[in-house]
Amino acid sequence: MSEQLVPTPGQTIGPFYGYALPYEGGEHLVDRSDPRAVRLHGTVYDGHGEPIPDSMLEIWQADADGTVSQEPGSLLRDGYTFTGFGRVAVDNAGHYDFTTVNPGASEAGKAPFIAMTVFARGLLNRLFTRIYLPEDGEALARDPLLASLPEGRRETLIAEREPDGSLRFDLRLQGDGETVFLSYPNHRPGDPA
Amino acid sequence: MAGPVVSSDAAADSQAKISADIEEISRDYAASGAVETQPRIDYAPYRSSILRHPTKDLHHADPETIELWAPAFGQRDVHALESDLTIQGGGEPIGERMTVRGRVLDGDGRPVRHQLVEIWQANAAGRYIHKRDQHPAPIDPNFTGVGRCLTGADGSYSFTTIKPGPYPWKNHHNAWRPAHIHFSLFGTDFTQRMITQMYFPGDPLFDLDPIYQAIVDPQARERLVATYDHDTSAHEWSLGYVWDIVLTGSHRTPTEEDTDV
Ligand SMILES: [Fe+2]
Repeated sequence: MSEQLVPTPGQTIGPFYGYALPYEGGEHLVDRSDPRAVRLHGTVYDGHGEPIPDSMLEIWQADADGTVSQEPGSLLRDGYTFTGFGRVAVDNAGHYDFTTVNPGASEAGKAPFIAMTVFARGLLNRLFTRIYLPEDGEALARDPLLASLPEGRRETLIAEREPDGSLRFDLRLQGDGETVFLSYPNHRPGDPA
Repeated sequence: MAGPVVSSDAAADSQAKISADIEEISRDYAASGAVETQPRIDYAPYRSSILRHPTKDLHHADPETIELWAPAFGQRDVHALESDLTIQGGGEPIGERMTVRGRVLDGDGRPVRHQLVEIWQANAAGRYIHKRDQHPAPIDPNFTGVGRCLTGADGSYSFTTIKPGPYPWKNHHNAWRPAHIHFSLFGTDFTQRMITQMYFPGDPLFDLDPIYQAIVDPQARERLVATYDHDTSAHEWSLGYVWDIVLTGSHRTPTEEDTDV
């Protein structure tokens, strides 16, 4: 029954998603009182190094033990179930905050990462990236994606661990230190985005 | 830089200048012989894209573990009434009542089942509920322009709403967006996530709009235009449009549940 269909084009999220997409609790994958809670935060910058105040970010990640959740309830959290999905609109200074857990490795020996999707006014199609945890140097060194990146670009995908345990991950859509954004095999070759 | 949005809100250029730029890119594309199916992310006629697109090529990644799955949504997340945007206030919203329905399919033609679809749109006068929307058109107290639903087992979705109006924006002088509904979609794996806009057939603003024209391939652009469908129209009630959405292909080997229709 399978036939290859041409994907529908994407379009910018535009400026007016604020009443529609962000939702209460979207940025809290776990409660801040959870003993495993980790702050993941950063700023989204444009090509002039100015913060972008109208960007929306989503994360999707495994639980602390590496389990991929298939539980519903991300939009109306019950406070107990880890759904693995979060969404946040950046503030007027382009800054975002998630409360989550450090993802575990879903396969032994693999470097765990958080998958992220970036939307913004002015950004004509969504961008995908990964946020790696900085700790497991050996797993990072073995990671096929990181290994395929030149020195200098690799670091854009590795979060910084702050003294209080927070993860810091800034996004630069353009220019110096431009974040590595990803395409996947089924995004047809030749497509610019 | 005085502020993050000032440069793109200056509205300095004329439509003639923007249209000339659109036409030049379009000619170059036609001459190239290439086939593109997605928008350019580097598309200068859309002024706010200039500093907000990566200049380096997207880097190829083979999806791993978490990327082979998508978040799950269910009845806990979405109430059935959220697909009717005409019943969210105390009374009837003003405008042309319409139904838009269709299917969400993946790149292999499989229905994307029980997955979240979110929409948002301007009201009939072209006004959003949003603090940054300064368009001096009336807010409709009975219309938020926001809806959600879960697809059915056949990938189908349906919304009852009001036809949105076109609205002005500050890309250039006298810039107007063609009427559209924003759609947010998830697939069965993370890599299929997308946000897009659905348009209406025959809109006179198509040629003038740098967001629509950022999809430089005419056939690809057409994929964002719904079809008027008289069988979807309801007697003495509403007009019907049909719009199917195709996501990129899933990278996960389909399970029986994915394929068993
Ligand atoms: Fe819009």
